[in-house]
Amino acid sequence: MIQMEDGYLYYPGCTLKTKASDYEESSKKVMEALGKPLVEMDNWYCCGAVQSLATDDIMHQIAAVRTMLCAQEQGERELVTLCDMCYNVLKQANKRMKEKPDELETMNEFLDEDPDYEGQVEVHHIFELFRDMKDEIKKLVKKPLDGLNVVTYYGCMLLRPNHVSIDNTEDPMIMEDILELLGANTIVNPKRTECCGSYHTVNRGDIVENRVEEIVARAAEDGADVIALSCPLCQFNLDYHQRVSDHKIPVLYLTELMALSFGMEAGLKKHKINPRGALKDFLE
Amino acid sequence: MADQEEQNMIDIYVMGRRYRVPEGLTIMTALEYAGYKYVRGCGCRGGFCGACSTVYRKEDDYKLKMDLACQTAVEDGMFLVQLPFVPALREAYEIEDVDPGEKDNVLLDLYPEIARCVSCNTCSKACPQDIEVMDYVQAALRGDVERTAKLSFDCLHCGLCSIRCPADIKHYHLAQLARRLKGRYLDLDSSELEKRIKELEEGIYTEEYEEMLKMTIDELKKCYEERKFEEEG
Amino acid sequence: MKVKRDLEFLEKVEELSGESVNACIRCGTCSAGCPFVEEMDVLPERIFKRIVLGDREGIMKNNTMWICAACFTCSVRCPRDIDIAKIMEAVRLTLLREDIDMVDLDGLDNIEELPQLAVVGCFRKETG
Ligand code: FES
Repeated sequence: MIQMEDGYLYYPGCTLKTKASDYEESSKKVMEALGKPLVEMDNWYCCGAVQSLATDDIMHQIAAVRTMLCAQEQGERELVTLCDMCYNVLKQANKRMKEKPDELETMNEFLDEDPDYEGQVEVHHIFELFRDMKDEIKKLVKKPLDGLNVVTYYGCMLLRPNHVSIDNTEDPMIMEDILELLGANTIVNPKRTECCGSYHTVNRGDIVENRVEEIVARAAEDGADVIALSCPLCQFNLDYHQRVSDHKIPVLYLTELMALSFGMEAGLKKHKINPRGALKDFLE
Repeated sequence: MADQEEQNMIDIYVMGRRYRVPEGLTIMTALEYAGYKYVRGCGCRGGFCGACSTVYRKEDDYKLKMDLACQTAVEDGMFLVQLPFVPALREAYEIEDVDPGEKDNVLLDLYPEIARCVSCNTCSKACPQDIEVMDYVQAALRGDVERTAKLSFDCLHCGLCSIRCPADIKHYHLAQLARRLKGRYLDLDSSELEKRIKELEEGIYTEEYEEMLKMTIDELKKCYEERKFEEEG
Repeated sequence: MKVKRDLEFLEKVEELSGESVNACIRCGTCSAGCPFVEEMDVLPERIFKRIVLGDREGIMKNNTMWICAACFTCSVRCPRDIDIAKIMEAVRLTLLREDIDMVDLDGLDNIEELPQLAVVGCFRKETG
């Protein structure tokens, strides 16, 4: 059993193992430096990426509940996600099970080869941990990101629906607060809570291109050197779909910037728009 | 005497019709005892070929069970149906174009429906080989070819997983692809293999082979029975 | 054009979404904040009206519910507290549950470059 004082039980999600490995690597290094390493769950299941919203749809909650059950069986009550979509789905599904005991019962009956899920696990996003570790973060900043203009991008899944939001739905500051500790200039941009186009990237790239153009054009207007975020799908969309844009603003995971300010290099490998130019003052 | 014989007989139902068959037979032999003849849906009779998938329910059980007909004993009150073939699509690929070291989503690309997995575990419950089918599908979705190949190693391609899947995943074809990728890209090349191929090409067995071709059936049988096993290790 | 009324449609959508379609006052807040509204052929609040009218056939010809990516912006802003994303989902499901796919799985040629969560999300919202 992992003692929570020593670290956090971590749910990766599928994409963190491939396209978003920069995010996993940088988050692990940052948490390690903060003395609270991320310990990956022994077993976990794909969350489903988008929450199924129908009242009668229990089937699409199974994967999330199985994951909670894995945490429970590892003797843990707190579960940390990095990916915004995983966070949102696990959090919503978990809430649903807690609030609807009859559904939880149906679920447990269906999962008859496993122990019952008792509904005791809590899901957190890594930013919530950072919010509680501001002093520790500040102490670790060795190379302040002086002069780096960062536009934050929250997207949807950290903020909506209301009942799973990690911050003020319309005016979040959680990322800005962390970036300030790192010494960066933060720019509050009205597009930061607008959807990037999400899964339409699969078969309606045109929709995503329009969304991305609006978001990056505003960021450029605001003088952004880089955009900071946490969702692997937002990262992909904003990064990849700028190929048809005149703008080429690097799109970084917040933890990549944190690592940099801690004097470590982490991630920065899989970006389509190379961030090294924008970050050259802070790289060795 | 009649009584005792009666005791050893049990009732099974084949596609709705009742038959009395002796206890202790496999499903396959019981069906043959009842007068059915396997033309398809039967191969090795030894639990290796996966041709004999069967679905049944036991009396008083609400669950459908899946198994291999050649490996499972009949029980009293079994309701049976045979499923000789699963018409699941197998994707074509060029093995040289699908290097998992270079590509993240090789498996997902050829079998995109794995993204529809809901983790219901119905596949694993259906598997007569007790493979953790759901877990290898999940590994495949993460791009973990090695784990997919390892977990699926005992698969016989009976197809019961795929016929039960609510997401229309073709588990066994996916798993075979993973194992082939492992063989081609992930496993170390064996120096022994190269050596052996060279020996074969140089014809170390040619003489022996030609001798065998001249043997009668009985000589061949004797030869087989007296064959030597290679020493372990 | 006369609307062919499907009187059970409203009931079905309310049942699947758990939301009241009739609570909508057509204020247009949902459409005003929707980041996808330019891609939609009919505004979200017009869909509400069509649901009430039982115009299932008409709705199915629109792309509105397929463009909606469940970003929940409308849901958090609706002055009548209607979780509009749930209603869009319900409308989608009435079609998907007939075993219909809105995305051609075998026709996708870009999967290698996509992050898995995009593919998973798309299939959950667009396959039956
Ligand atoms: S006949 Fe080959 S496995 Fe049963």
